[in-house]
Amino acid sequence: MDIHEYQAKEILSGYGVKIAEGGMAYSPEEAVQRARDIGGHIWAVKAQIHSGARGKAGGIKICKTHDEVEAAAEALLGKRLVTHQTGPAGKVCGRLYVEAGTDIAKEMYFCFLVDRSSERIVMVGSAQGGMEIEDLAENNPDAITKIYIEPAVGLQDYQAREMAFALGLDPELLSHAVKTIRGCYRALRELDANMLEINPLVVTRSNELVALDAKMGFDDNALFRQQKISELRDKTQEDPREMAAADRGLSYVGLDGDIGCMINGAGLAMATMDMIKLAGGEPANFLDVGGGASAERTEKAFRLVLADKGVKAMLVNIFAGINRCDWIAEGVVEAVKKIDMKIPLIVRLSGTNVEEGRRIIAESGLPIITAETLAEAAEKAVQARNEAVAKEAAQGA
Amino acid sequence: MAILIDETTRIIVQGFTGKIGSFHAQDMINYGSNVVGGITPGKGGQTHLGRPVFNTVKEAVREVGAEASIIFVPPAFAADSIMEAADAGIKYCVAITDGIPTQDMMTVKNFLRRFPAEQRMILTGPNCAGTISPGRAMLGIMPGHIYMKGNVGIVGRSGTLGYEAADQMKRLGIGISTSVGIGGDPINGSSHRDILEKFEADPETKVVVMIGEIGGPQEVEAGVFAKEHMSKPVVAYIAGLTAPEGRRMGHAGAIISAAGESAAEKVAMLKDLGVTICPTPAAMGETVAAVLAKM
Repeated sequence: MDIHEYQAKEILSGYGVKIAEGGMAYSPEEAVQRARDIGGHIWAVKAQIHSGARGKAGGIKICKTHDEVEAAAEALLGKRLVTHQTGPAGKVCGRLYVEAGTDIAKEMYFCFLVDRSSERIVMVGSAQGGMEIEDLAENNPDAITKIYIEPAVGLQDYQAREMAFALGLDPELLSHAVKTIRGCYRALRELDANMLEINPLVVTRSNELVALDAKMGFDDNALFRQQKISELRDKTQEDPREMAAADRGLSYVGLDGDIGCMINGAGLAMATMDMIKLAGGEPANFLDVGGGASAERTEKAFRLVLADKGVKAMLVNIFAGINRCDWIAEGVVEAVKKIDMKIPLIVRLSGTNVEEGRRIIAESGLPIITAETLAEAAEKAVQARNEAVAKEAAQGA
Repeated sequence: MAILIDETTRIIVQGFTGKIGSFHAQDMINYGSNVVGGITPGKGGQTHLGRPVFNTVKEAVREVGAEASIIFVPPAFAADSIMEAADAGIKYCVAITDGIPTQDMMTVKNFLRRFPAEQRMILTGPNCAGTISPGRAMLGIMPGHIYMKGNVGIVGRSGTLGYEAADQMKRLGIGISTSVGIGGDPINGSSHRDILEKFEADPETKVVVMIGEIGGPQEVEAGVFAKEHMSKPVVAYIAGLTAPEGRRMGHAGAIISAAGESAAEKVAMLKDLGVTICPTPAAMGETVAAVLAKM
């Protein structure tokens, strides 16, 4: 789960990380009021969306008057911002963060993340800030310092000092840097974050260490014990279909294609989507219905896939283990009857009680296309999709 | 002799008397696995499915000589159960539980590393379907009947895709020595590489099929191991060709978040390392058959 910059800053501020004075706004009037409250002559008006690289997408505006703050807020609120992290659909900005302008002397990159290879938390920093770490890793990998944290004892001061020196910080700032780094580490561990990034971390002209941006991502598996973090969820930043799926205990990811999918198991779901692509089609979604696909769950999954009006054909691929094909078949038949499906449906069943499952589909009298193997299922789905599209075109012409 | 488990392995079930634990314990017993008891704290002394229930894993090791364990404990308590098993001297543990926090798994892995290598419990999972040595023993939740006994090892991150592979092979008359699910989480008990090492040492296994997916570095690490240390051919399929970057595809670990983590990149690197790639997920069986035919 991701949170907004202002939320991450509020959290980190509680862990002793220095941030610029700022406040959240939902309207241009509020934005101006925040600027007044903060005082001074320069403000940053920052779009709050769940993505980095907002600056490049025009999501951060530097303002020198209250009028400029108002104009910036008007321009940003409701705007769809597209960054390389949001995908082509972008994310709509519904909240702003107005922050006092910071007089920057030096910009650095700093983050903590869970490293899958070493199975430890790694601290990453670079004296070259303001850049995406991916770009830096590609262009100048030597400028990046990585320090691995031993989980049993946690971050040690000498490691924080090593990082402070790698960032090129003035010795005067050393104790503040250690406090900042330790605070970030504690926040990550105590709140079950799997990522915490400050890009840029800056030194101001008055020689203070300030987190100019902050991004935190949390482990979904740990939210059960992080009630306060769960409450920070901003549903407007998430795909409504994915949210609806999660509420029903299904795992769904919307994609750009037009062949809807319902599969049990994440790996088989990805493989089926690959197979559709290799057969010349494009999957409309990833959907894992999980192990215990009851009739009720099957119907919910069908409704979810068909809610995408771009779907031209639907493929169901179930390898029944704990499940039984006859139960799945009954669920599918029931769902198709209830929903009154208008698009072609291809069903491939395998595993426990497969003959019985196939018999139920065959005897249902419904126009369900069946397949025995994965390859056959994908080919038939692509063929049915192509026929449906051709038919639509003929009707349109 | 297959790897990790056989018909003699003395198995206990942690989370024995719960609904899910009971169901799968019965299924394993029906398959022929040597289930010698189970653990449910507070229910020690009772009998369940005709087997003794213990309060602690230590008791089960002492009383019935438990060697392997399977965990059906809910996510909030699963890490604790894994560490209890390791501390009690269990040699091999499968964690089925889906949803264990990543930092809990970091703690578990760190806990395991404290043991000297020869005493260290092997863990596979969490978030997996378990391990099966067909015709001998099943320590998992898979449909046992789809696996035929034979000489091909399977290691994979996904449950149902592993079933698909076993099924494709069975249709071609190819059997399995052992199939190991390492799970879909970002931090696994054992990696692809760890399991390849075991298959390399197993005289019964002739070929290994590695079923990977997007996210993380471990398929390529396993490929490097195969090139440097294996005499047996490795066949691989990597799921997630169509997966977009930065989106989690069901499994907690199935997310492309760094260079080298996409399916296309992994396939290219594995090819360079001499691993035979299955061109499609529907061709896992025939690719293995072709490799076997050349041997």
